[in-house]
Amino acid sequence: MLRPRVFSPFQLFIHAASWIPLILLLINFLGGTLTANPIQEIEQRTGQYAVIWLLLSLACTPVHTVFRFHPALKVRRALGLYAFLYAALHFLTFVFLDYGFDLGLIWRSISNKPFIIVGALALLILLALALTSTQKAMRQMKTRWKTLHRMAYVAGGLAVLHYIWAVKTDLRLPLIYAAILFTLLILRLPIIRRRFLKRDSFKIKNQ
Amino acid sequence: MKTIRSSDITPESMYLSRRRFLKSAIVTAGAAVLTACAPGLVTEPQATQIAPTSPPETGQGLADELGDRATSFTDITTYNNFYEFTTEKTEVARISQELITSPWEVSVGGLVNKPQTFDLNDLIMKFTQEERIYRMRCVEGWSMVIPWLGFPLNKLLAEVEPNSDAKYVRFESLYDPAQMPGQNAKWFPWPYVEGLRLDEAMNNLTVLATGIYGKNLLPQNGAPIRLVVPWKYGFKSIKSIIKIDLVDKMPTSSWMETAPREYGFYSNVNPDVDHPRWSQNTERRIGEVKRRETLFLNGYEDQTGDLYTGMDLRANY
Repeated sequence: MLRPRVFSPFQLFIHAASWIPLILLLINFLGGTLTANPIQEIEQRTGQYAVIWLLLSLACTPVHTVFRFHPALKVRRALGLYAFLYAALHFLTFVFLDYGFDLGLIWRSISNKPFIIVGALALLILLALALTSTQKAMRQMKTRWKTLHRMAYVAGGLAVLHYIWAVKTDLRLPLIYAAILFTLLILRLPIIRRRFLKRDSFKIKNQ
Repeated sequence: MKTIRSSDITPESMYLSRRRFLKSAIVTAGAAVLTACAPGLVTEPQATQIAPTSPPETGQGLADELGDRATSFTDITTYNNFYEFTTEKTEVARISQELITSPWEVSVGGLVNKPQTFDLNDLIMKFTQEERIYRMRCVEGWSMVIPWLGFPLNKLLAEVEPNSDAKYVRFESLYDPAQMPGQNAKWFPWPYVEGLRLDEAMNNLTVLATGIYGKNLLPQNGAPIRLVVPWKYGFKSIKSIIKIDLVDKMPTSSWMETAPREYGFYSNVNPDVDHPRWSQNTERRIGEVKRRETLFLNGYEDQTGDLYTGMDLRANY
């Protein structure tokens, strides 16, 4: 079935869990508990969520391959769209809250500062993927759809790089994300993936 | 035993309203011009003055010499970079509360004629504690206005008499992982070390602070004694100092050791010299929404610009 009309409990769980950070952010905002520097806090939290949800989305296929957990594939698109939601909020916070839509100021801050450009590229990729995330786009683009959506890994790499470049010195968390992304990529390599699939005498198709 | 200061027996709200009371008295006396000429060098008022109370949180009546209002006590004491405890700014206050700050000794030595170890209480008794309302600009792009209480470092240095070989001052923070759990992290070279050129250390703006808003420093702000160098990025203002040495070679600060390409010895606030990864053009003053233009030497060019005459500040970042 290509278009499930009823959400499974697992899908419901994923959707609910994906809204929680945003709801908490709103509660903290309304309660005035977003630290002494609330704009930066919003910026950092939304950026953090974007990376986490992108990694979760990228983890779906490997989780399916390794653990035979089929429901993972059913939430891959939703997780990717939530990653885009948080990335977009992160970007809007930067442009409007942090820099007050002062284009001159933004330009002074980003020209020759690659970390922001790298982040913007990741967002552009996620935008393209979000726009082509419908069943209709999938049908129309045929094999090109798959090629395009593999760009999700590129977005993941750029997002993690953006994060690494943005932190002052304590690289522990961004490096953990980098390690997770690297592992997910390894698991997607055809040679590795085939081994897992063979293990379960699963018909090799798609890849 | 803790030293009792005038401010310790005055509630903060009274302290602030007293300041306002005094200010209006000064204005009435037509002496406002004089205070404007001595930016940030207003001395501690007498504790006997009684005035009606007012909310302390706003920092009303307290402002730096540019007229910018002091950041609230809450913000100053809950948003802290103090990696000795944690890298989580909002957690520092909680984790640092148990820090034992009394008794506390500061040893001052190296290339000096009279090396000495001072008890903190003696330092406070010995040198008049002045109020200095300074801007604090963090290298991360945010800033505060903080009413410090302290004394000029040059008074302490005069006491130990640096000899003619002394060219730099090296500062060291407490190293005690049992009390400072952040020091268990291996990625940072503990103890925290900072340094100044001797003339920077002798500059009148450079102070050793022991209080904020007329109260003893809280652990999260570097209790019981810390450096404040207002024209440099905040990390230069080393906290919880136990050792000060006069040396002949430029000390390597912890940040220089951690990331030499990003953090230099001088680390002067400078909108024209970016951090390699992010711009230093603007900053967000805590409590404000709109970004501000960052000022050269954090607005203290008149008092400190001479220190860097003829120097390439891009090379000497």
